[in-house]
Amino acid sequence: MARSMNLVLNVWRQKNAKDQGRFVRYDAKAINDHMSFLEMLDVVNEDLAHKGEEPIAFDHDCREGICGSCGMVINGVPHGPAKSTTACQLHMRLFKDGDEITIEPWRAGAFPVVRDLVVDRSALDRIIQAGGYVSVRAGAAPEANSLPVPKLDSDQAFDAATCIGCGACVASCPNASAALFTAAKISHLALLPQGGPERTDRVRKMVAQMDAEGFGHCSSHKECEAVCPKDISISFIAKMNRELITAMSVAPNEIKSRSKG
Amino acid sequence: MQLDSRAPTGPIEQRWNEARFKSKLVNPANRRKYKVIVVGSGLAGGAAAATFGELGYNVSCFCYQDSPRRAHSIAAQGGINAAKNYQNDGDSVYRLFYDTVKGGDFRARESNVYRLAELSVNIIDQCVAQGVPFAREYSGLLGNRSFGGAQVARTFYARGQTGQQLLLGAYQSLSKQIEQRTVKMHPRTEMLDLIVVDGVARGIVTRDLVTGKVSAHTADVVVLCSGGYGNVFYLSTNAKGCNTTATWRSHRRGAYFANPCFTQIHPTCIPQSGDYQSKLTLMSESLRNDGRVWVPKNLADLQRDPKNIPEADRDYYLERQYPSFGNLVPRDIASRRAKEMCDLGKGVGPEVAGVRRGVYLDFGDAVKRLGRDAVAERYDNLFQMYERITGENPYEVPMRMYPAIHYTMGGLWVDYNLMSTITGLFVGGEANFSDHGANRLGASALMQGLADGYFVLPVTVSNYLAGVKPGGVDESHPDVRRTVGEVEARIQRLMSIRGKRTPESFHRELGTLMWDYCGMARTEAGLKFALAKIPELKAEFYGNLSIVGSGEEYNIMLEKAGRTADFFELAELTCRDALDREESAGGHFREEHQTEEGEAQRNDDAFSYVAAWEFTGESLAPKLNKEPLSFEYVHPSQRSYK
Repeated sequence: MARSMNLVLNVWRQKNAKDQGRFVRYDAKAINDHMSFLEMLDVVNEDLAHKGEEPIAFDHDCREGICGSCGMVINGVPHGPAKSTTACQLHMRLFKDGDEITIEPWRAGAFPVVRDLVVDRSALDRIIQAGGYVSVRAGAAPEANSLPVPKLDSDQAFDAATCIGCGACVASCPNASAALFTAAKISHLALLPQGGPERTDRVRKMVAQMDAEGFGHCSSHKECEAVCPKDISISFIAKMNRELITAMSVAPNEIKSRSKG
Repeated sequence: MQLDSRAPTGPIEQRWNEARFKSKLVNPANRRKYKVIVVGSGLAGGAAAATFGELGYNVSCFCYQDSPRRAHSIAAQGGINAAKNYQNDGDSVYRLFYDTVKGGDFRARESNVYRLAELSVNIIDQCVAQGVPFAREYSGLLGNRSFGGAQVARTFYARGQTGQQLLLGAYQSLSKQIEQRTVKMHPRTEMLDLIVVDGVARGIVTRDLVTGKVSAHTADVVVLCSGGYGNVFYLSTNAKGCNTTATWRSHRRGAYFANPCFTQIHPTCIPQSGDYQSKLTLMSESLRNDGRVWVPKNLADLQRDPKNIPEADRDYYLERQYPSFGNLVPRDIASRRAKEMCDLGKGVGPEVAGVRRGVYLDFGDAVKRLGRDAVAERYDNLFQMYERITGENPYEVPMRMYPAIHYTMGGLWVDYNLMSTITGLFVGGEANFSDHGANRLGASALMQGLADGYFVLPVTVSNYLAGVKPGGVDESHPDVRRTVGEVEARIQRLMSIRGKRTPESFHRELGTLMWDYCGMARTEAGLKFALAKIPELKAEFYGNLSIVGSGEEYNIMLEKAGRTADFFELAELTCRDALDREESAGGHFREEHQTEEGEAQRNDDAFSYVAAWEFTGESLAPKLNKEPLSFEYVHPSQRSYK
């Protein structure tokens, strides 16, 4: 049977990037324990709107835990208390009547606040743009089964490829490092033969971009792995570091091609 | 206007090849002079934008999300079909073509469907080369499964995240082009209108969702890949942001809207738990392979713990009604039978608005027969997802399921080249009407999005551009400024109503109306009722809408209001189309037109056509244009699953 509860929310409100921002207290009344966390916020927002107050802005879209849009720090933990769960898949049955819940945006220098709980994560897109791809034009692909890939490699690549780019890893890290995000893409492509030809340049460029965006270094706190909704392992960070060291020992592709030319 | 499908004739196997050869080309050195706008960054839009960039065009791509990687294609679970015949089980391009025409209940254009089947094999090559980690066998070769009742195993998949992996492949290719500056990405930007100059699409008007700034973007061609309109029902499996604004606004500018009443219901979704419900979550259809569907026979048992209801008091109604197909009957049949049971008051689960809408999907027998481990191996990820949402463990308690809107086959009318009735406006992916007829087969949406994006649009748009001179229209053109002014006036109108009801509440009420009268089963009386009700609700919307804040900032209520306003108009057209189509076909079920077995009854003599609706003006009746369909290869037949 459904339970109903009353909660107190402390929500970060910030009108825009220039505004200083502050916590505001709200009562969330008669919350049904079958609601998702975001549905609870929907109810609070409808209530605010009726009172003529601006609703709380938060990113969300698929509400199935796969698009990576949503993300907020709930009681100090990115995506909240449930393991392997995005904020949209978090349900209110994990809370109880009278709970006080603090809700904040991702906090990182590289993720400026846009409004309330919405942050700008375009830095992650720029890391991918720096090399997180295989350069294959549409139409240039060989027959798919002409390149068998050992199942184990493929499965491991998949474990890295499940990253949804939500940014929880950055939000959880005391250094605001994007190492887990970057390592996941580098590892996904490094584990597959398709990623081979561009492997050394890819890791150099992506790591350089990660640094240029102002993300901190990884100092193995492992907080990222603990909050990752897709359970991406920090062993991929070790893999990224190995890839980088190997890449440093060979000349980048551009230099090689220039010296030949 | 005479609708010309521009579909080639001649042997169907050669049509696309010939069309490609006849296409005009743009000299590589001239391509950067052409500006291409792509709206949407899902499988169709992301793939198209990346490919136009690779070809060297000057591309701008727009999406409402904060990153192109988040488009709703990402949520597709099951897989993607391709006629590779890797299993040597008798598949072929022709068979995939045949199955798709038949699955679409003979309401799709044969030439388009054949091309889709033909390109399916190239898609798999392309995605594998990008590093998409499809399922593999121990040999290292690609694995396949049979999906949605197909008799061949032609579905390629990536765990339960096929859409995600394919979209990330397209996103990565797009990212490369962004870095190379052939594509300029505009995230958090929503298209609010189409700019048409002398009958030709020349750009779009957008609103920056962060600053509220309204701007014009001109181009030599506009490509819409903005997805489907399932959210007209409010509750659907679509992402919250999915909307019809880009397609609807283009419709109002002259693009015909085709077959809006062809909407697809997915039979296995987690039922609504309360009136606060914001969306519905789909559970893979594969669950019906081992789960048994039932409801209690006795009304007294509805609230009883299902474990304590003895076998004799359970009605396994699909197995009873369809002895040979049982729980594996097609999507629409499974959906309608579930609705019937709930309408009879036999639904289970929480009561929402006075009705219990849910049927049991029970794995008790499967656990007994196969063991818990074997069941876990097949379904554990789905069971976990279900438990996270409902708090119930499917190993112990039967799952509860109910159908939900999932996909829309209708969309903007396009010719064989994917060009709409507005010259220079192309439409790809779910946003167009083209390939699925009245019903889409499982694992075919991803195939169509990528076929359009990687392979069809690059050829047909190039052919179009080769015939036009680049440039000539900029922001100062009077038609451009007029369109911007109209968008600003529309925003102003919504902001200045200052009534009492939120956009959310209007959208929810509209959605309920649509679901009740234009959902799984439709009747003349119901549709007429909806057609009377929608304008009333719309009038209230324009008299009593409330939006807090201003238009010159991040304003989620304003975004919602604009999308809801367009849903009202689309809802009306959808009901009108459903009323006009006096037959049942695929996802469109009119209760007046069914066989004795309760099956959809087509009327090929009268309705073998595409209904392409033309906008004629504010509050004027739309005009119906018909594109007749002829079937040279696959001959219409009546299906039976008894």
